[in-house]
Amino acid sequence: MSDDKKVLVEKVREIESRDEKRADSWPDDPNNTASILGERRSLSEPLSPEEAKRRMFARSRRGFLFGGAAGLLGIFGWRWMPDETKEALLRRTFKFNEDVSRFFFERTDLAPEFPPELATAKVNGMIGLGDDFDASNWKLQVTGLAEPRRFPQYAGAVSFTGADNAPRSLDTPPEPDIPVPGLLFSLDEIRSLPRTQMTTELKCIEGWSVISSWTGVRFSDFAAQFFPSLRVGESPDLQNLPAGLTKHVSLVTPDRGYYVGWDMQSILHPQTLLAYEMNGAPLKPEHGAPLRLVTTTKYGIKMLKRIGRIEFTNERPRDYWAESGYDWYSGH
Amino acid sequence: MSKRLEKKHTLAVRWMHWINFPLLAMMIWSGLLIYWANAVYGLKIFGYELFHFFPQWFWEGLGIPYRLAEGISLHFFFMWLFAANGVAYVLYTFISGEWRALLPVPSSFKRAPVVALHDAHLIRNKPAQGKYNDAQRVAYTGVILMGAASVITGLAIYKPLQLSWLTTLLGGYEWARWMHFWLMVLFVLFFAVHVIQVALAGWANFRSMVTGYDVVDTAAGEPEPRTAGESRA
Repeated sequence: MSDDKKVLVEKVREIESRDEKRADSWPDDPNNTASILGERRSLSEPLSPEEAKRRMFARSRRGFLFGGAAGLLGIFGWRWMPDETKEALLRRTFKFNEDVSRFFFERTDLAPEFPPELATAKVNGMIGLGDDFDASNWKLQVTGLAEPRRFPQYAGAVSFTGADNAPRSLDTPPEPDIPVPGLLFSLDEIRSLPRTQMTTELKCIEGWSVISSWTGVRFSDFAAQFFPSLRVGESPDLQNLPAGLTKHVSLVTPDRGYYVGWDMQSILHPQTLLAYEMNGAPLKPEHGAPLRLVTTTKYGIKMLKRIGRIEFTNERPRDYWAESGYDWYSGH
Repeated sequence: MSKRLEKKHTLAVRWMHWINFPLLAMMIWSGLLIYWANAVYGLKIFGYELFHFFPQWFWEGLGIPYRLAEGISLHFFFMWLFAANGVAYVLYTFISGEWRALLPVPSSFKRAPVVALHDAHLIRNKPAQGKYNDAQRVAYTGVILMGAASVITGLAIYKPLQLSWLTTLLGGYEWARWMHFWLMVLFVLFFAVHVIQVALAGWANFRSMVTGYDVVDTAAGEPEPRTAGESRA
């Protein structure tokens, strides 16, 4: 290679490197954030206007065809998805979210409690609170315990309230009265169990919240005495959810108009009460007298008022609002 | 004058940008289905409510009433995709180095208003910039922070027991819900400004978000500081 040629090659390389350097950096300016942060550009080699146009057109065609197809696929995929498929997908997502929530659930996680002076009340939801209810005849029915004869509260036929001793329902006709053995509790018996008071914020699934004071027995204290297992002799270590423990609890109003299903983990949380007093006074009928459920672990829709029956079960119980598309778990 | 093709947006950024559009739309839509059940917020000045979110014609025009259960189920499905897309975007920008084009520096907050004045045709000169100007850097970083804040406030009202420390940190359940709502309003405002700016910036700018490329002028093989056709939105 001649010297002339060498010089020429050097020159070309120099120009090229300068071009490279300039081509992929922004104007060096102390007031340009791009140069302060060292942002690079990504530029092609210089092209003729025609070539640039041709390449850009090819890229545009590809980009818009792919993008348009993906967009249409998304829109029509969602619109044409059969309702059953969509509902199943959303239900499965609720279940997935529930599994995530249960995985992280710690009974030591507590919602804040407030000074009782902040307590107020809000009435909402009268489902299951029909007029034909005689509080003086009310007894809490508990079924699903192993060998209920062990307990003094044993009754051979536990059924729903009413002088005719027949189950009632607002929207379904009375069913034949099948005797179910279980336990019956008077309100005084419930009141004699360990008392707990808490002033907590009730969250309605609609979005509002209200701070109220509640007095009652922790469900876990109740369950410690009336241990919910399908076999006798299970480990009484409730909090570790031993294998013999039933998986769920079903709570139903006396008229069967309202019913909720609970997981064991949430109902045994220390801030879940069977409450008989609100804001320092006996529970009023519209708030669920004589006995209702109160919790910080779930939305208000799960806090059954006027409890008629508590049933321990391994089946996932029916749930009034879950049947209208709400989350069965509805956990906080 | 010769031209160059400039790669402006990588494939990953374009996908995440466009996927976010339906995801955010679904989060806002399902959020409105939920909010309807307890629509308590308004724009108030000295106790006088200028605008209530929302008037009856709005609810009825969009067919929102009595769809709370549907809203909740959609919100708690799309939340995963919305959050995942946001996390993927942030990770990507950091790993790829794209953050250099997107983050503001402290002096950006001085230049951003100048850019806004320039865009409003009130002043002629505009500060030097890279792919994005300083107003864009502030806006695009801000909207990511808004996304993060939406996820955080959303978690605080979704799990006020399991994440009670977070709910308390945000001033309690009601405040967290308030913030979650106003973040939605900010997203809608961002969207409106974004669309207007895209429309003003023109076709080539929009096209670059689909194709990834734009055509730029070069002088004698060297890129000039761009003065015309710069991206805005």
